[in-house]
Amino acid sequence: MENQIPEIFNAIPHTHYVLLSTILFVVGLIGVMIRKNVIIVFMCIEIMLNAVNLMLTSTSAYYSHAGGQIMVFFTMAVAAAEVAVGLAIIVMIYKNLHSTNIDVFQRLKG
Amino acid sequence: MNSEFLIHLILWAPLVGFAINGIFGSSFSGKTAGFIACLGPLTGFVSTVLLWSGFDQTIQINYYRWFGTPDSFSVDFSVMVDQLTLLMLFIVTGVGTLIHLYSVGYMEHDKGFVRFMSYLNLFIFSMLLLVMGSNLVMLFAGWEGVGLCSFLLIGFWYKNPDYNKAARKAFVMNRIGDLGFMLGIFLLGLEFRTLDIPTLLSSMEHIESGDPKIILITILLFIGVTGKSAQIPLFTWLPDAMAGPTPVSALIHAATMVTAGIYLVARMSGLFNLAPFTLDVIAWVGLATAFVAATIALRQNDIKKVLAYSTVSQLGFMAVALGCAAYSTAIFHVMTHAFFKALLFLGAGSVIHGLHGEQDISKMGGLRNAMKSTHLVFLIGTLAIAGVPPLAGFFSKDEILAAAFSHSIWYFVILALTAVLTAWYMFRLYFATFHGSYRGSKETEAGIHESGLVMLAPLFVLAFLSVVGGFAGMPETISSKHLVSDFLKPVVADHAHSVSHSFEYILWGVTLVLLVLIVWLTNKMYSVNSAEVFRSGSGWVGRILEGKYYLDEIYETLISGPLRSTGTWFKNVMDPGVIDQAVKLPGLVFRNAGVALRPLQSGIISWYMISIVLGLLAMIYLFLF
Repeated sequence: MENQIPEIFNAIPHTHYVLLSTILFVVGLIGVMIRKNVIIVFMCIEIMLNAVNLMLTSTSAYYSHAGGQIMVFFTMAVAAAEVAVGLAIIVMIYKNLHSTNIDVFQRLKG
Repeated sequence: MNSEFLIHLILWAPLVGFAINGIFGSSFSGKTAGFIACLGPLTGFVSTVLLWSGFDQTIQINYYRWFGTPDSFSVDFSVMVDQLTLLMLFIVTGVGTLIHLYSVGYMEHDKGFVRFMSYLNLFIFSMLLLVMGSNLVMLFAGWEGVGLCSFLLIGFWYKNPDYNKAARKAFVMNRIGDLGFMLGIFLLGLEFRTLDIPTLLSSMEHIESGDPKIILITILLFIGVTGKSAQIPLFTWLPDAMAGPTPVSALIHAATMVTAGIYLVARMSGLFNLAPFTLDVIAWVGLATAFVAATIALRQNDIKKVLAYSTVSQLGFMAVALGCAAYSTAIFHVMTHAFFKALLFLGAGSVIHGLHGEQDISKMGGLRNAMKSTHLVFLIGTLAIAGVPPLAGFFSKDEILAAAFSHSIWYFVILALTAVLTAWYMFRLYFATFHGSYRGSKETEAGIHESGLVMLAPLFVLAFLSVVGGFAGMPETISSKHLVSDFLKPVVADHAHSVSHSFEYILWGVTLVLLVLIVWLTNKMYSVNSAEVFRSGSGWVGRILEGKYYLDEIYETLISGPLRSTGTWFKNVMDPGVIDQAVKLPGLVFRNAGVALRPLQSGIISWYMISIVLGLLAMIYLFLF
């Protein structure tokens, strides 16, 4: 009976997880599209990432398949690296330009 | 000595001379350079004599495989010496050495003396490669080599644009002929899977006479001959080649270059015998060339031009001999012609040298007193080329006339007429130059001087050869031994010719009477004190002859002109209008596309995100619905 879904999970239908992660993802997406502060944009990206993570974990639990959860570990590791690099860039830009407005990134255009 | 060693020596000595003078020449004194340059052909000549004394059979030396595939087709870098080659070697190295020696005297004051001598050496080397090559590719390499050297030497005084033009003309005319020659070689290679001359000739035995392929091949080869040996229609380069220094003219006209075509046909005689049609073509072209050139020579006033046209005419004689399948006769005439034409050219050079560059015979005259030695040798040369017995030209020309007579009466009539013209223009030249009284300006008259010994010595040797050279090929009537044709018999496929003895005697009698008449007439007409007789005539015949039949103009209008205007049209219309546009079109497309798409990369990250999302949605829509 190891492959059975634990009781606690059965209490909440899978649809809720899907809905929640979709909502989170769309929130992140809209945030990335419309917000001007780079820090906020960055946070929105994190929200999107974690929405996907949530989706993966829940689906993996419901189908009793470990693949999804393994994938999440990868995502988190990559996200951590990305945050490190991304924040460093933001800090450097702030130091030079005293602004965290996303429009300053226009200057990176070739 | 080992004969293979001698062959190495003959072939490579001039090249070594060229290399030494060409590389280190700038640090040599004139004497050293001249000595080194003369050493090349002299070594060749001495080696040739030694080789000849021990000669018993054809020698072939294979240096290395030049190119080819292991099993089907290959060309070796190899040389061959047989009787024909040996005879040519005598001419090339012998006359070549004399011309080298003469050049040392003639060119010593020229700034480019060392360069000149090294070119001469290269010329000799190319010619040796040509006559010694044992396959057609080797022969062709030498063939191109002499073409290159003639270009370099005709344009030797490169600061004069006219001379450069003459050099270019010689080169281009030769290239036209070379194209035919090359196509001929390709066809031969295709047909027989080999270009080795002995192999080729031995495989001819199975071929029927008159095979269309053979006719095509021989015609193509003959086109090459018309270029190199100055036959109609490609002969106009040769008179222009007078732009070069006089020793070069002698070298091109006598010892090397123009004899190459005659040599080629004689060498491939087995092939040409299978194509009677081609032989007829050669004979008729030769006849036309001999006659046309002789008539032009009647009205030229430049001493070198007269000699140049006489060379063209004599080459026509040789071509007729080839056309009558009398190959050894043609080679015999090559030999005697080499003697007396080198003599005449070098003699003319001596005259020009003595007159400080004057070449117009209407401004000469009476030089027999001031230049006694030159006068004597020039007279011998004139007598020899006019065919006065028993000088060299008499025997060889007599033999060609006999061959022509036994072939067709028309050949004979035209050739005999041409021979009369030959005597006429040569004696005109002689009397105008050395008799009468001096017609130039008074100041130049004082400066006339005889040339130095270095120039005269070769002239005396050549004069001697012009006198006795003919005895190598006496007609049956006098002696049963014909040294040249007997010597060449193993390698040259002659057709037998015989004319009755009574005909020979009649021919000689008529010749003598005509010659006496011509000498008398020309002496009366051209041993004059005023230049009146050399003025251009008013009759249309005279004008056509002075205009050289307007051949250059005709070529200009029919070939060069249209070619040039086509080129201009392509340059002005085709190139900027079509080709340039076609090249520019792709560039234009991409540049405009870039201009159109550039706003997309605005740098506003939100826009990027929106387009990513829109793209994502579009893809989802596409995949799901």
